[in-house]
Amino acid sequence: MLTAPKLDYALLAPILIILGTALLGVIVEAFVKQALRARLQLVIALAGISIALGQLYLVRNQGSSIAAVTSVSIDGSGIFIQGAILIFAFLGILIIADQDHFAPQASTLPGSIEEASALESGKQQTEVFPLTLFAVSGAMLFPIATDFITLFVALEVLSLPLYLMVGLSRRRRLLSQEAALKYFLLGAYSSAFFLFGAALLYGYSGSLSLNGLTDAIRGSGGNDVFLLLGAAFLSVGLLFKIGAVPFHSWTPDVYQGAPTPITGFMAAATKAAAFGATLRIFYIGLDAAQVSWKPAIAGIAVITMIFGSIAAISQRDIKRMLALSSIAHTGFVLIAVVSLNKSALSATLFYLVAYGLATIGAFGIVTLVRDSAGEVTDINRWVGLGKKSPLVAAVFSLFLLSFAGIPLTSGFVGKFAIFSAAYESGNIYLVVAGVLSSAIAVFFYLRLILMLFFAGETNGSVSVVIPSVLTRIAISISAIATVVLGLAPSLLLDVAQNFAYFLR
Amino acid sequence: MTTSTNLVYLIALPLFSAALLLLLGRIADKWGHIFATLISGSVFVIGVAEFFAMQDRDGEARAATQKVFEWISVGTFQVDASLLLDQLSICFVLLISGVGTLIHIYSIAYMSHDHDRRRFFAYLNLFIAAMLLLVLGDSYLNLYVGWEGVGLASYLLIGFWNQKPEYATAAKKAFVANRVGDLGLSLAIMIAFTQFGTVTFAGVKEGASGASAGALTAIGAMLLLAAAGKSAQFPLQSWLGDAMAGPTPVSALIHAATMVTAGVYLITRSNFIFDASPTAQLMVVTVGAITLLFGALIGTAKDDIKKALAASTMSQIGYMILATGLGPVGYAFAIMHLLTHGFFKAGMFLGAGSVMHGMSDEVNMRRYGAIGKVMPITAATFGLGYLAILGVPPFAGFYSKDKIIETAFNAGGIEGILLGGATLLGAAITAFYMTRVIVLTFTGTKRWDENAHPHESPLLMWAPMAILAIGSVTSGFLLNSGSALVNWLQPVVNERHEHHAEEFLPPLVVSTMALVVVAIGIAFAILKYRTVSVIAPTDVSIFTKAARKDLYQDSFNEAVLMRPGQKLTAGLVTTDYKVIDGLVRSVGWIIQTTSSALRSIQNGYVRSYALIMVLGVLTLVTAIWMVTL
Repeated sequence: MLTAPKLDYALLAPILIILGTALLGVIVEAFVKQALRARLQLVIALAGISIALGQLYLVRNQGSSIAAVTSVSIDGSGIFIQGAILIFAFLGILIIADQDHFAPQASTLPGSIEEASALESGKQQTEVFPLTLFAVSGAMLFPIATDFITLFVALEVLSLPLYLMVGLSRRRRLLSQEAALKYFLLGAYSSAFFLFGAALLYGYSGSLSLNGLTDAIRGSGGNDVFLLLGAAFLSVGLLFKIGAVPFHSWTPDVYQGAPTPITGFMAAATKAAAFGATLRIFYIGLDAAQVSWKPAIAGIAVITMIFGSIAAISQRDIKRMLALSSIAHTGFVLIAVVSLNKSALSATLFYLVAYGLATIGAFGIVTLVRDSAGEVTDINRWVGLGKKSPLVAAVFSLFLLSFAGIPLTSGFVGKFAIFSAAYESGNIYLVVAGVLSSAIAVFFYLRLILMLFFAGETNGSVSVVIPSVLTRIAISISAIATVVLGLAPSLLLDVAQNFAYFLR
Repeated sequence: MTTSTNLVYLIALPLFSAALLLLLGRIADKWGHIFATLISGSVFVIGVAEFFAMQDRDGEARAATQKVFEWISVGTFQVDASLLLDQLSICFVLLISGVGTLIHIYSIAYMSHDHDRRRFFAYLNLFIAAMLLLVLGDSYLNLYVGWEGVGLASYLLIGFWNQKPEYATAAKKAFVANRVGDLGLSLAIMIAFTQFGTVTFAGVKEGASGASAGALTAIGAMLLLAAAGKSAQFPLQSWLGDAMAGPTPVSALIHAATMVTAGVYLITRSNFIFDASPTAQLMVVTVGAITLLFGALIGTAKDDIKKALAASTMSQIGYMILATGLGPVGYAFAIMHLLTHGFFKAGMFLGAGSVMHGMSDEVNMRRYGAIGKVMPITAATFGLGYLAILGVPPFAGFYSKDKIIETAFNAGGIEGILLGGATLLGAAITAFYMTRVIVLTFTGTKRWDENAHPHESPLLMWAPMAILAIGSVTSGFLLNSGSALVNWLQPVVNERHEHHAEEFLPPLVVSTMALVVVAIGIAFAILKYRTVSVIAPTDVSIFTKAARKDLYQDSFNEAVLMRPGQKLTAGLVTTDYKVIDGLVRSVGWIIQTTSSALRSIQNGYVRSYALIMVLGVLTLVTAIWMVTL
């Protein structure tokens, strides 16, 4: 007879609240009439996220590795990343709420009569709110999961809504749907690797949990081929999600095709969640076998940084450029994963927050630059925007400077923290590669700023729409955080240091 | 040492006035010149008061210091902005503010038609402030600030009429030549700091007694380079002739009486360095001897009255530099000649300015002649200065120059004969070119234009000339009577009153010899310039040609320094563009090309992406495998 497992609901509450809110959203979708839905969904989502954040704050110091038997470990890093994801979700929802970005009825064929009539009827896409919340729940579970089944479930709960959300774009729908399909296919492909890796590791250790895996490696009981293959395949699933080279190919296409608010949200939240899980697996599960995987992951970090920085140079589309920039940032954070020490862990936590906020803000601004056919993402048409809309261009430049790691922005502090942690752990070549690729990356960030302010004539047809209050709030918070964390990094660095621990 | 609280006003007043006049702009046009003159006058009054206060104090207490503020405090490196007024600096304070005030007065009239007169007076005040800082600083670093300040003021004033491109070029030339010297000064300061850990005069003096000969010679050589730049000594003398582009009062004040003597001050102030390094002293006397002949020779061929006087200045400062190189006994005579020269040369420059003022700014002496009749006061004051520079007794130059010639002979051995000979020869050439100036300008037949209407200058101009002329007559006697200056300066230059056992020649013989060669020089000039053509003759000896071209120093500088320098910079620019930029550009090109290549991998086909992932998995597995095995 099965006994019901003992669950620590207080600690699990943040995830459960988000899931409950998502389900509530589904019910609203079914029963509330069209005209009220958008506003109601927004209120429900924001309320749910806020309550979850509040609950998370209350339990922030009550770490436990047995909150749900041995499936999850709610510890410092997990709580910190959950908080970061909730904040990203909050800001993301604010921008998503601008309904102009989404197809009124995603199921209609692009160019069909049904599409035209859906547009005409003034329908609004509101399923995106519960979808976002489902993704958030997966993202929150992923970094705290400690067994392979939970990890896989979390990964899929995170991914499936995202596949859908990518295809929701109101304009350039074919591109959007193509991106969704690519993301889905490649995502399924990588999930298969992940699952295969989990199976091999189970074969090696006889256990599904990370602790069991560690014990097995320490005891060196099993077949090393299983361990090495399993670790490699498991890594592929994770590296795909964080967008590391050579498992990055989906990133530019998906970032470009997805509705821009979704791009911003997933760039920030998915990356945080996937890095949370990656850190846990490498720090807790596979640390005993680090001799085997460290050089390979370090190599991937170097290739990723350099590839992202170089490939971004020749991009003509702002969203693709930001996508490749995000690949370069993945490389920087991977340096910290390889460094395997406490300061690297806290540096990563800081970096994820700094990068996520700047990313949401940057994509938020991309949503504002439009012509009659919607968003303008061709970089050449951004020329001279600084003269037309100096404030928007200045804030965008701030985010770019943060990405580039220029001092007095949060990006600088993040990079500095990661590089010094890597130096501390003796990986000097990684620091050198990081600094070099940062130098390359500075080129395209600064070139863009140059184009905004100093080059050529203003493009007449492009204009900056006046942002809605919600978008304005989201971008402002991101911008303020970027500056404040650049000027007074200890506000967050101290917190990150306190939370930089894992419970086994 | 006495502590004073008044010294800072000597600098602060003119500095404040300069700033005020420059910042107020045209508002101050009406009263700016009066204000600046009053400030300069009050600085002179403070200087005189300090002088008398010093005389009331005895011995050690004579020198006064004032710490204005703590300037640099880095670890053990401490520099205060402190002022030191001792027996040496008071001489300069009185000279600078006294002659300076006279020239301020003179300029009120001389510059009355210039619509930028206020700016001119602001620069003059700036110069006074900087020059006083130069002589009052208690450390090499403080001196350096003043040193650069007078360089700036000199630059601004030479190029005061910078609407004429050649004047602006002259200013630039002076600036560049001075920079070369300044480099010497900064190097000397740095060496001193590494050797002694301090840059104050007192500290360096203390350290010098135990320092190595090499270090002292290095510091001495660098200080000499600095002095050569500022005092227009060989080989950095070429700028002084061109500096005559500035308004004549500037030439009188800065480029005759005060700033160009800063090198003499620097060497005298650093006597503890040079006394301890015979090598450095030898360099000093060599530079002095070369320059005194060099300048004198150039002076014989110049038709521009101001350039002739400038060449003379160069030569006379050569005398002073030579004297400073003769050891403790020479410093006082160098300073004495500096002071008397300040009177007679400033007086003659003002006289030249007065002639130019009457002759519509004509400077070519071949177009003068018989001006003495129409400008009697100018002729008389100029004539007194002339007698003084020649060293005719009892005029000022007789006392100061003869002492230098005498001391040079007493240096002993071959060196003494060479140096003494050089100074004697210089005296003869001086007599020749100065007589030439007199003959061409004031006597003979009039050769001026029909349009020229020479007339005597107004009171504001001739009064300062007259006062300076009085100085030209009496200063030598006063300074020499009872060895007044020698005794006064004794605590600073450390002259121990060792009686020189053997004098090479008795003073009377030296004086007689000097007078004889001077008479020969005068006679030559009078004979040669009985008739003067308005157009300078071209069929002249090779020496005249060389002297007209400043003995080819400019050509030398241009051929040996300027052109190779330009080629070097042009080469560096090319290297920078082709090699350095080329490297940078090719790095950029490589990255750009790589980027484009990477872009083609991103072809949009899911099957390619999946293939890349498979390859990635294989690579990853292989990598992990390789490491583990």
